[in-house]
Amino acid sequence: MKSQPVRFYQVGSFAVGNRLVDKEERTVQSDASRSNALDSGHRACQGCGEALGARYALDAAMRATGGQLIAVNATGCLEVFSTPYPETSWQVAWLHSLFGNAPAVATGVAAALKVKGKRDVRVVAQAGDGGTVDIGFGCLSGMFERNDDVLFICYDNEAYMNTGVQRSGATPPAARTATTEAIGSEPGNSFGQGKDLPRLAMAHGIAYVATATVADLHDLEAKVERAMEFHGARYLHILVPCPLGWGSAPCDTILMARLAHETGLFPVFEAEYGVVTAVSSIRRYTPVESYLSMQGRYAHLFGEGGRPDIVARIQAIADRNISTFGLLQESVVGVGPETGSQ
Amino acid sequence: MFQVRFHGRGGQGVVTAAEILSMAAFAEGRHAQAFPSFGSERMGAPVVSFCRIDDRPIRTREPVMVPDALIIQDVTLIHQVDLFAGLPKDGYVLVNASQDFDELQFGEFFNDFRRDRLRTCPATEIALTQLGRPLPNAAMLGAFAALTGEITLEAIDAAIRQRFSGTAGEHNVAAARAAFHFVTLEEEGLTSASTD
Amino acid sequence: MRRQIEGSRAVAETVALCRPEVICAYPISPQTHIIEALGAIVKSGQLSPCEFINVESEFAAMSVSIGASATGARAYTATASQGLLFMIEAVYNAAGLGLPIVMTLANRAIGAPINIWNDHSDAMAARDAGWIQLFAETNQEAADLHIQAFRLAEDLSLPVMVCMDGFILTHAVESVDMPEQMDVDAFLPPYEPRQLLDPNDPVSIGAMVGPEAFEEVRYLSYLRQLDALERIPVLAGEFAASFGRASGGLLHCYRTEDAETIVVALGSVLGTIKDAADALRATGQRVGVLGITSFRPFPHDAVRDALSGARRVVVVEKAFSVGFGGVLSTDVAMATHDADLSLRTVIAGLGGRAITQRSIESMLADAIDGRLEALTFLDLDQGIIERERARMAGTKRSGPTAENVLRDLGTVASRIG
Repeated sequence: MKSQPVRFYQVGSFAVGNRLVDKEERTVQSDASRSNALDSGHRACQGCGEALGARYALDAAMRATGGQLIAVNATGCLEVFSTPYPETSWQVAWLHSLFGNAPAVATGVAAALKVKGKRDVRVVAQAGDGGTVDIGFGCLSGMFERNDDVLFICYDNEAYMNTGVQRSGATPPAARTATTEAIGSEPGNSFGQGKDLPRLAMAHGIAYVATATVADLHDLEAKVERAMEFHGARYLHILVPCPLGWGSAPCDTILMARLAHETGLFPVFEAEYGVVTAVSSIRRYTPVESYLSMQGRYAHLFGEGGRPDIVARIQAIADRNISTFGLLQESVVGVGPETGSQ
Repeated sequence: MFQVRFHGRGGQGVVTAAEILSMAAFAEGRHAQAFPSFGSERMGAPVVSFCRIDDRPIRTREPVMVPDALIIQDVTLIHQVDLFAGLPKDGYVLVNASQDFDELQFGEFFNDFRRDRLRTCPATEIALTQLGRPLPNAAMLGAFAALTGEITLEAIDAAIRQRFSGTAGEHNVAAARAAFHFVTLEEEGLTSASTD
Repeated sequence: MRRQIEGSRAVAETVALCRPEVICAYPISPQTHIIEALGAIVKSGQLSPCEFINVESEFAAMSVSIGASATGARAYTATASQGLLFMIEAVYNAAGLGLPIVMTLANRAIGAPINIWNDHSDAMAARDAGWIQLFAETNQEAADLHIQAFRLAEDLSLPVMVCMDGFILTHAVESVDMPEQMDVDAFLPPYEPRQLLDPNDPVSIGAMVGPEAFEEVRYLSYLRQLDALERIPVLAGEFAASFGRASGGLLHCYRTEDAETIVVALGSVLGTIKDAADALRATGQRVGVLGITSFRPFPHDAVRDALSGARRVVVVEKAFSVGFGGVLSTDVAMATHDADLSLRTVIAGLGGRAITQRSIESMLADAIDGRLEALTFLDLDQGIIERERARMAGTKRSGPTAENVLRDLGTVASRIG
């Protein structure tokens, strides 16, 4: 009898796929004995993508390291909602220092572990997009350059959310934030050069760079575990939608992440030593409009006084990503860029 | 206390000279302090360094305002920098030059000074011969020892060897000795001349 | 063993004897010789195990130290001036977290105008950060204070910065009695952390504290500084017993017992001031010198006691609070506020301006004759001031002040002092 691999696509965290796959292939999250590194009781918003991403990533890291993990956290949403005085929701050794120095503090932790001969204890540093691409960039580049043994995870919700949704270097063009309001002839964030941190990380030649979203749990966990197979500097960039800042419904967080992937706006891939090694293909080509129109931060592009020209420019960005990364390698019957049908 | 002020340009070993002198004095069981007065690392810029030698512990940290001896490693500084500030009438002046002191065109400036304490020494030429490089500091220290008698040549040699290992040390020692003998011979020449 | 050695080198070798496990290095004049020497010591294998990390900024230097210290490693770094400012967020962070990091501060002026020479403006900029600040008078004391600093830091769970005057001490070659490894080991046991990042016993370090408890957490650090006031003399006593010399402690008194006039200062200038005091004593003036070693915590009681017999106190300081006056003076004034003495502030040595014995003697003569103003800037060139003020009054576009002053002065290189 012929057999073929069947893909299961998950909806939410506890998916049909987990019940039907072999135990070894199930997610860490589906395991009742997972570490719960970020335990319940934290104060994240309803539908927070970052809380999801951090829980997924850290539990996977804890499993990969047998619980021998130290986490360093930059200032930001994750740090704030996870440690509201007098409580902490972390069940992992955890250090919060400052906003811009998570990579450097993690370097220090790794150095101390090395000096003490604790070879089996691993280090994870985590920060939001602001703490990674803006204020933390200098320290991050230094950590990469020295190849310090740290896995750095960026939870990218594309703005400084904790302080009230201000624009960061990771904010996409045309997105409304409190410092790039949807007013004037160029509403929302300007069309700048962007700061492609995953590719900047690749340019440092480090062992492992990957992007992921909270829409594909298996993929995210696999990447964390893959990262832990390497020593030296590693980088993981996870897209984590923020319902509050994006103006999307809290129940749509995972859908937003999936659409970001499916439109090509957020390429999901892996790279080793500066070369792309795997790409997560787009299952069904999706015009950016279906993604953007669900978010309040892009509301000014639609309806009366809308800006189809800006939407087209964003579409061009998506198409360029698809082409650059080969995101539409597998052909899916009945769908093509020309038809743009769902 | 005996206070020495060194003048030169960045790259001529002015700072090292002061250090070596202090190490030589230390080796002789005396107290010594050496320190520089200079800016960011830069070749060719005027540099000043200081060395104090005393039999008691040295506490002061001010620059040498009243030098008992001036060591001038670069003759081009003469009309550019106020080299002789604070120099007392009985002070020693040692200039790295191939000409005689009187040929250096100081005019009337040194009229009231003790002529036997004013000397030149062709330290750069000696260095080129002994080291193959125009680094006059070791030679100037040898000349200083001969001129002032404030430190022995043996102590200078030992300090040089401590600071520069191997052949570099030996060549610098040779330069110091050559300059020491140059000044000593000149001394004898002067003494015999004055008794004529 | 006594050696004729550069101050930076003495500090580096002494720090190495303290067995630091993580050293963070970012170069800035005039600290470079310290970190260079330590780099060589680690690279040669002489100090092992030790991770010597060339970081990408001073901010990273303190951050790496924080991570290392929180993970149980003895951490050390060094900086000066602009570098201290660049890391200032992390400096406060380290103190707030209670991490026993030791840092050498090679005192240097803070710009603008950019200036690489010595004064105390950098240390003063961080005086409220919660670090212990100790000032070395000589290179011997600079080396010795580092040994005491690691012990003090780890005993109290507080970071300590050892201040030594840039260039004046760091680049001076003088004799230092270098300690032996076994004596340092006997004085300084391995680091036992009060808090530790340990996967087998996880804790969260660096949590937010709101209005409900912030004041209490801060008061606890205030109490620790008070504990330091008691601990510092005890450690200095232990040090003296182990190493055979007096180094450190809260302050040093020189001929203050019967002094009518006492000069107060921090750091290396004390040597010059002592020579000036002796010269004045020789003419019959009863002059004494008070050197403060522990600037933070400020030893109010000890200072009050040391100055209790004096009629007049002159504070000579290498920093000032712009528009206000002295910094050290304010602390001294507080300590002596109910004493019957006159206090004068003399700002001197800014940006490396030489402080000469002659100027000190002349200033003290003025003080004794009652001619010294409440606040004086020593050896100020009034002409430069007047000419720049006139330029500024004459036209709005008067140009950058620093450039104007330098043109006014002519060739700067020719000035010795």
